[in-house]
Amino acid sequence: MARITIDRLRHSYMAEPKRPEDWALKEMSLEWQDGGAYALLGPSGCGKTTLLNLISGLLRPSEGRILFDDQDVSRASPEDRNIAQVFQFPVIYDTMTVYENLAFPLKNRHVPASEIDRRVREIAGMLDLGDSLMNRAAGLTADGKQKISLGRGLVRSDVNVIMFDEPLTVIDPHLKWVLRSKLKELHHRVKRTMIYVTHDQTEALTFADLVVVMNNGEVVQVGTPIELFDRPAHTFVGHFIGSPGMNVLPASLENDGVSFMGSRIEVIDPQRAGAAAGGQLEIGIRPEFISFGTTGLPVEIGKVSDAGRFRIVEARHQGQLIRVLVPEGYAVPADGAHLAFDAQHTHLYRDGWLVA
Amino acid sequence: MNKQINQKAWLLVLPVVVLVAFNAVIPLMTVVNYSVQETFGDNVFFWEGVGWFEQVLQSPRFHDALLRQMLFTGLVLVIEVPLGLIIALAMPRKGFWVSVCLVLMALPLLIPWNVVGAMWNIFALPEIGLLGKGLNNLGFDYNYTRQPVTAWFTTVLMDVWHWTSLVVLLCYAGLVSIPDDYYRAAKIDGASAWAVFRYIQLPKLKRVLTIAILLRFMDSFMIYTEVKVLTGGGPGNATTFLSIDLDKMALGQFDLGPAAAMSLIYFLIILLFSWLFYTLMMRNEAQ
Repeated sequence: MARITIDRLRHSYMAEPKRPEDWALKEMSLEWQDGGAYALLGPSGCGKTTLLNLISGLLRPSEGRILFDDQDVSRASPEDRNIAQVFQFPVIYDTMTVYENLAFPLKNRHVPASEIDRRVREIAGMLDLGDSLMNRAAGLTADGKQKISLGRGLVRSDVNVIMFDEPLTVIDPHLKWVLRSKLKELHHRVKRTMIYVTHDQTEALTFADLVVVMNNGEVVQVGTPIELFDRPAHTFVGHFIGSPGMNVLPASLENDGVSFMGSRIEVIDPQRAGAAAGGQLEIGIRPEFISFGTTGLPVEIGKVSDAGRFRIVEARHQGQLIRVLVPEGYAVPADGAHLAFDAQHTHLYRDGWLVA
Repeated sequence: MNKQINQKAWLLVLPVVVLVAFNAVIPLMTVVNYSVQETFGDNVFFWEGVGWFEQVLQSPRFHDALLRQMLFTGLVLVIEVPLGLIIALAMPRKGFWVSVCLVLMALPLLIPWNVVGAMWNIFALPEIGLLGKGLNNLGFDYNYTRQPVTAWFTTVLMDVWHWTSLVVLLCYAGLVSIPDDYYRAAKIDGASAWAVFRYIQLPKLKRVLTIAILLRFMDSFMIYTEVKVLTGGGPGNATTFLSIDLDKMALGQFDLGPAAAMSLIYFLIILLFSWLFYTLMMRNEAQ
C-alpha cells in the first residue's frame, strides 16, 4: 500500500524526441493517495496505457520520477515495485487449475504453503470462485478468467497498487455491470490503491473517486465525477464526458460583454469576459442546463430524438447547432422558440481552457 | 428442424472427387490388386489371397527394416524437436535480425531432396569432403561408406540439417503469436524464466508442436531420396529403411506382389501411428 507521486514525468518511445508530438506522454505531475480509487480516462491513443505501464514498471520513463510513498521507483522492475495489473485480455495460466493460478504469485515469492492456502481461499471467496477452485482455468468464461487475473493481484497482501487496463473490453455487456459492482465492492473491502484505465466514461465515473482525464498525451483535468460534469476545465472534457456532450459555441467580445453570433449572452459576467481577452473564445454549456422560454436566444427547432427518460432537441441559431435536453414527454415548442442558459453552468473558454 | 436436402451439391464436389480418384484412389487400388495376386508378366495373374501379407509380416528382412526405420525416426524426433524449440526460443522477436534468421532457417527447406543427398554425399566423403576429411584429420576414423555407425551418424545429421528448420519455423510462429500481456503478467507475478517457459510458452506451443511432431514423424518414416543418394541403403543393409527396402524389392527384384503387400502394410503403419498420436493429443485438449 502506498501513496503514488508522479513528479514531472515525461515519456517518448523515440530515442531522441524533438518535436512536441514526439512525446507520447507530455510533462505531468500528479499525486494519488493511499487506498484511493482512481481512473484514467481518455480516447484511444491519448497516452493512458503509456502512463499505466510507466507506473507498473513495464516501461522506463524518459524523464521525471515516480515515487511510491517516499521511495523513488522510476528505475525499479515491476516485480520490485510490488504492483498488480489486470490486462485488457484475460491472462491466465491455461494448464493450471483456478487454485494454482491464484497461488502462482505467492509460490514465486516463496510464501509458506499454509499461508498460500489461506489467502487463496479467502480471495476465491471474495470473487465467488470458491466452487470452481479445482477446475482447469482454461475452461472458464471470459469474466471468470478476468476474475482470476484480478485475484492474482489481490492474493498478495502487500501490493502497492492494483492497475486495470480496460479490463471489461472482452466481457459481455450484461456481465460488465456485475463485474464493475464487484470491483467497487472489493475496493471498499480491501482498501488498496486502484487505478483503472478506460475510454468508457461510465466505467470511469462509476468506479473512481477521482478521475484523470487525458488527451493527446497530457492531463486535461483531474476531478471528481461531479466536478468533471459541472465545471469541465477544457472543452475536450465537456465534449468527452456526458451524453450528448457539452455544446461548444464560438464567441466574441463585444461592448464589454460576450456575444454569440451577434447575440449578447447575458449570463456571463462582463468582468469574466474582460479577463478572457486575447485568444479564441468559446462558450460551453451542457444540454442539461438549457431550457426553452419566451425570451432569450431565438432558435429554429430541428430533429427531436427520444432517448428514454429524456429527449434530445437539435435547435439551431443562424445555422449553429445547439443540443438541448428536455424531460420525457416534454412538448417542444414548434415556432418562435427561445433558449435560456443557466448562469451557474455557462462557462467561457479561451483557446479551449476554462476562464476562471 | 426440417432441413432441405439438395443433391445438386454433389456436382460441385465432383471435380475434387475425380482429381483424388485419379491421383490417389486408382493408383492405390492397383497396388491392392498386385498385393493379392502373383504375376509373371504378360498380364497373367494368379490369385494369392493374403499370402504375400503373411510372407512380408513374417520375414526377418521386413522386421529389420522396420526396426531400423523406427530407430531412425525416433532419433530424428528426439533431436529435431527439442533443438528446433531451443533455436526458436533463441531467435530475436523484433528488428533487422528477424528476417535474416528466417531466411537462413528457410534455406535448407528450399533445396531439392536429391540435391541435399548429393551435397552431403560429397561433403562427407572421407578423402575429399570437408566434413569427412576434416573429421579424419582431427583423428576420428570416419568413413560413412564402410562403417555402419558413421553411416547412421551422417544420415541423422543430414536429416537434422535438412528438417530442424521446419520445427523452428513452426515453433517461432507459435511463439510470436503469444500476446505480450502474458509476459507482462508473468513478470508482475514474479515468474522465473523457467516458469514462463513451462506455464506460458509450452502450453501455447502445444498445438504447433503436435503438428511439428506429426509432420516430422510422417516425413522421416517415409524418408527415401536423401538416403538413397547418400548411402544407397548401405554399407550392407545398415541404412536400408522401409522405403529403400521397398524400392529394392519392387524395382530391384521386381517382386511386385510382396512389394505391393509391403506398401500397404507400410501405409497402414504410418496411418495408425499418426491417428494414435493425434487422437491422444487432442483428447488431452478436450479435457
